[in-house]
Order: sequence, then C-alpha cells, then structure tokens
Amino acid sequence: MTENILFTHGNQAVVEGALVAGCRFYAGYPITPSSEIAEEMSKRLPKLGGIYVQGEDELASINMIIGASMAGMKAMTATSGPGYSLMQEGIGLAVATETPIVIVNVMRVGPSTGIASKPWQGDIMQARFGSHSDYEIISLYPWSVQEAFDLTIEAFNLAEKYMTPIILLSDGILARMREKLYIRSPNEVEIIERRKPNVAPEVYKPYARDENLVPTIASFGDGYAIIRDSLTHDERGYYLEKPETQAHYVWVLNEKIKRNAEKIQKWDEKFTDDAEVVFIAAGPMARIVLAMVKEARSEGLKWGFFRPITIWPFPEKQLNNAVRNANNVIVVEMSYGKLIYPVRWTLRNNIRIGHIPWLSYVAPSPDEIRKLAEKEVMD
Amino acid sequence: MQEIVLHPLEKYLRSDRLPHTWCPGCGIGTVAQAFIRAVDELKLDPSQIAIVSGIGCTGRIPLYLKFDGAHVLHGRAIPVALGVKLAKPNLKVVVFGGDGDILSIGGNHLIHAARRNADLVVIMVNNFIYGLTGGQVAPTTPKEAYTYTSPYNPDSKPFNAVQLVAASGATYVARWSTAYPVLLKESIKKALTRRGFSFIEVISQCPEIFGRLNGFKTPYDLLKKIKDVGIIRKNISPFDTKYDWNNEITLGEFVNKDEPTYLDYLNQIIEKARGQGDKK
Repeated sequence: MTENILFTHGNQAVVEGALVAGCRFYAGYPITPSSEIAEEMSKRLPKLGGIYVQGEDELASINMIIGASMAGMKAMTATSGPGYSLMQEGIGLAVATETPIVIVNVMRVGPSTGIASKPWQGDIMQARFGSHSDYEIISLYPWSVQEAFDLTIEAFNLAEKYMTPIILLSDGILARMREKLYIRSPNEVEIIERRKPNVAPEVYKPYARDENLVPTIASFGDGYAIIRDSLTHDERGYYLEKPETQAHYVWVLNEKIKRNAEKIQKWDEKFTDDAEVVFIAAGPMARIVLAMVKEARSEGLKWGFFRPITIWPFPEKQLNNAVRNANNVIVVEMSYGKLIYPVRWTLRNNIRIGHIPWLSYVAPSPDEIRKLAEKEVMD
Repeated sequence: MQEIVLHPLEKYLRSDRLPHTWCPGCGIGTVAQAFIRAVDELKLDPSQIAIVSGIGCTGRIPLYLKFDGAHVLHGRAIPVALGVKLAKPNLKVVVFGGDGDILSIGGNHLIHAARRNADLVVIMVNNFIYGLTGGQVAPTTPKEAYTYTSPYNPDSKPFNAVQLVAASGATYVARWSTAYPVLLKESIKKALTRRGFSFIEVISQCPEIFGRLNGFKTPYDLLKKIKDVGIIRKNISPFDTKYDWNNEITLGEFVNKDEPTYLDYLNQIIEKARGQGDKK
C-alpha cells in the first residue's frame, strides 16, 4: 500500500497519471519548469517498453506525438511558455485531423523568455485561442499534486473520447510543490481506449460521426488506407475546396466540443449558497484564495469561492448558478488579466466584477490577498 | 459495351479523387509512379506502408495514393513520420516533400533524422522553386535563376542536399532525376528494403513556373536541360558531388552503409532499462 503513496511534486504526478492512463510515447524539448516531466519519462517509459524521444525542438516534439497517435499510441508532450508558443501550429493540426494527444503547459512568467522557473497564469487564453482560425479546445487546470495525477488520466480519457488534443495546464507552483500523492491503480480508475472501426475498409469513412459528432478513426497499419489531412476535408478525409465542405468542417470541429460541454466541464465551489461576494481563481492560486475565504467566513463575512477546473470549456452555467445570490465577484489571478475575460463574458450584466491581478511571481499569502480583496469589495 | 480494363497499378491509386492538381508536364507524377512501381515490384503489403508529406506540390502525393497517409504541416513531415515509425516499427514509413518543405522550413528535422539514422525513407523532389505558392526563391534555386522573390537573382548560393544529409550521418544517400525514372525506381526499392535513414533527392521539372520564368518554353525543354545537367557518377564521395546548374548536378548513389539504426538504439535502451528492474 505505501508504495502507492509518494511525497512528490506536480511534475511527477503528471508522469504517474500519464503512465496509468496508458501513455507509452513521449516527445519533448527541455524547458523549465517542465523538465522533470521529460526526465522522469525518459527513465520510466523504456521500463514499460515505451518510447521517449527528445525532439530537436518543440515543433518536432508535438509533430512526433501526433504521428505516434495516428499510429494508435497514447502520446504526450510537456513544455512551458516559449515552447508552448512554438507548438501552436501542431495543436491546430491535431484539432483538424482529430488526433488525440495531451500537451502539458507548465506556465511560467513572460512575455517571451521572462524568468525561466517562476510561476504565472498568463497562458489561459493562449490555451483557448493559441492556434490560428476557429476551433474549440478542452483544457484542464489542477490545483494539487493529487489532482494533477487525476486530471492527467482525465486528459487522456477526454482526448480518446472526443478525438482531440487536450491542454493540461500546470504552473511553476504546482510543478515544484510537494505533497502526498496516492497513485491509483489502473483498476481503480476508468481508462478510455480509442474506438476501432467495425466496418469493411471499402465502406469505411474515417470522419463519419456518431451522435456526439465524434469520428471513429482507424490507426495507421490497420488496413484501412486512410488519409489524415491538414487541409479541409470531408467524411472520407478527402480535401475538398467547396464552401459547404468548409462550413460543415469548421462547424463540426467546434460543435463536437460545444455540444458535449456539460459532460466535460468540471468545477469546484464552496460557500456559494448565501455568498454575497464570490472569489474566482484557478490552479494552486485558488488554494490561497480558498484559505482567505474560509478565514473571512469564520469572521462572519458572506464570502464564497468558485474554481473552474476545466478552464475550457469554461463552466459558464455553473458559474452563473454559483453567483445567483451575489452582487460582487472578484477574480484573483497571477496575471495582468486572463481569467477575467471568460468571467466577464459569462456573467450577467448586473453583477459587479472585481479583479485582483497579482503581478509578483512570488505567490501571495492569504492575508496579502485579503487586504486587496477588502479594498476591491468596498470600492 | 466496351469492357473497362484498369491499369495494373490502379490498385495503388485513390482513383475516386482524380484528376490531380499537378500541372501538365510536372515531374512529381514520375516520382509517384516510380514509388508505386517499386512497391509493386517488391510485392510489399500496401497496408504496411505509411506515407507522410508536408505542404507543397510534392506534399500532395499521399492524397492520390491508396496507402495510410498523412498530409501534415509545412516542414513537419519528418517528425510526424518518425512518430508513426516508432509507434508501429513494422510499418515502412516514407516521407515525400519538396525542397522548400524538407530543406528550408523542415531543415532541422532532416539533419536530426539523418543524425539519428531514423528508420525512414525521405524522397525529396527538388524543382528549384516554391511552386504551390506561385514561384518564390528556394534554398535550392540556382544562383542565376529568376523567381518572383529573386528578381535580381537569389541572394545566396543553394544547398547541395547530398552533402548536407551525408554529413549529418545518413546511411543511404542518392540523387536522381525525373530523366532517369528506372534508376530512380531501383533506388527507391533499395531504400524500401533497408533499415536506417534513406534520403533520395529527385531533380524534377516545374515547367509551368520555374520553366516559364527561366526561358524553357516547353516541359520537354526543361526536362532536356535536367537530363543534360545530370551527370551520373559511380564510386564518388558525397562531398565530391556537384550542384551546379551550368555544368553538373551529380547523380548517383553516394552513401550506402549499414549502421545501427534509431530503432536499434531505442531497443537497447529498453533492454537496459528493463535490466535495472522496476525501481522508480
């Protein structure tokens, strides 16, 4: 039993979760503060007969995992800001070809090179809109070492279930903070495997869809002679330059996530029943905010707490419900302003939206946030 | 009614999506045909071949051939292909790409795949120009040639890809041209039956853009020039090959050696890791 319990950090939790989920292919390029994921994978994957590749750059890395996934493997990469920017075109390719992969972005300060190992929450919008043109994406953001493990498994499951890339957000705090991790065995958790086509190759269409708009795509080598095209394609996977093909293509890529949003969305809320002020935060920052809210509660203040776990699709309905009795919400984030945007476009007009952008890469104490919060509430 | 007799190589084509988009007289069809003839003559199982390409005229090859195929991002065919190969080592994985795709935007992947002796076949069709985007200068454009983005001549000398790839560690390096389709096919057959990294450059004609911009009135004129400038040499070092549009573009097989491949190294790593047991 004790061998399933570790005292470890978020980067290792991601690795443990990925291995339980069945990931056997990793390609990545070293970058702080994500490198421990690559280092641990390089040690662990070969023991399981898996493949670890240090790509020549992030472009190679994300494209290698796309190739491995097209051949049927569960594959992932991990990176941080600059590397994540380089991967954007590849994320678009995975979206367009409906190739399940998991990309971990351990967020650090920026813009540009910033400060290599310091935490930040500035890539929340990049996770949503980083690659060009129109698409919907699923992005998860854990707040603890245990949740990093659990959501990594969830990320692989969602990737296979919806045939799409998943962005697992982490940050410089979660990457390095150590706490207890219980490693669930594969028997204890649901592991979703890719569906295989059950029709003859002559009639098979790789991009035909089920009622959830999800295709069943054969892997290379399975005898279906499929084409995975980055160009706009029809049900056969064939490139077609037709207005109606393009319209359906972009609709279905977006609708596939949108239609299933309520099945995907995860969130966390506390003390919201009678909350007059609801604080919204994500990732490890939310733990600091929750500590502050609890203390305020003990003093009799009617403060509440809401945390999106799926940053995308953003839990809009759930947030609206959580603030039903509030007249004030306050977004707390380690960024000049990212999480504030989905909150603004989600909430009804008659609620006051406050903002505490914490611009130091040194995480605040609950008291420091409390001081800013009191000012923000009274204003 | 007259009976329809299909071409014996039709089984390798996605006939339902013809006609293709290549211009009349283009050399890419010759390369695609050399490839499927090589597959046919070797009696390979088509379901155990995957072809990967990037963006460009040559990148369209997988759209028309009936194999598992991926038509991915500009420059990224090699890493996608390597991912496929490592995930399913039994597949023969072939990359098709133009000179811009493979040598310019994808150049880093090319040299690293060669360094690794990655188990891939890369067939690079060199037509001296960016064709699909309408005629811009490439890293292979001869110093004297005209393109729409080199109106006063290219600003730098071209790559000799044979030297680059050989210096990077490739274990099979050859260069042919569309003027010698049978030699090209034989070279592809060798590449398909060996392990490690195989690189075949094919000098090819782009009559509609490169040809018209540089005074070749017909596809024949350009193919004739390619035939004349391509000099086949045996037993010479890749570093003695020439890439000179006015005198000689050396053709032939310049490297063919057996060395441990990337898969060999990865298998050694797996063995070593497993020997150390399960400790974390």
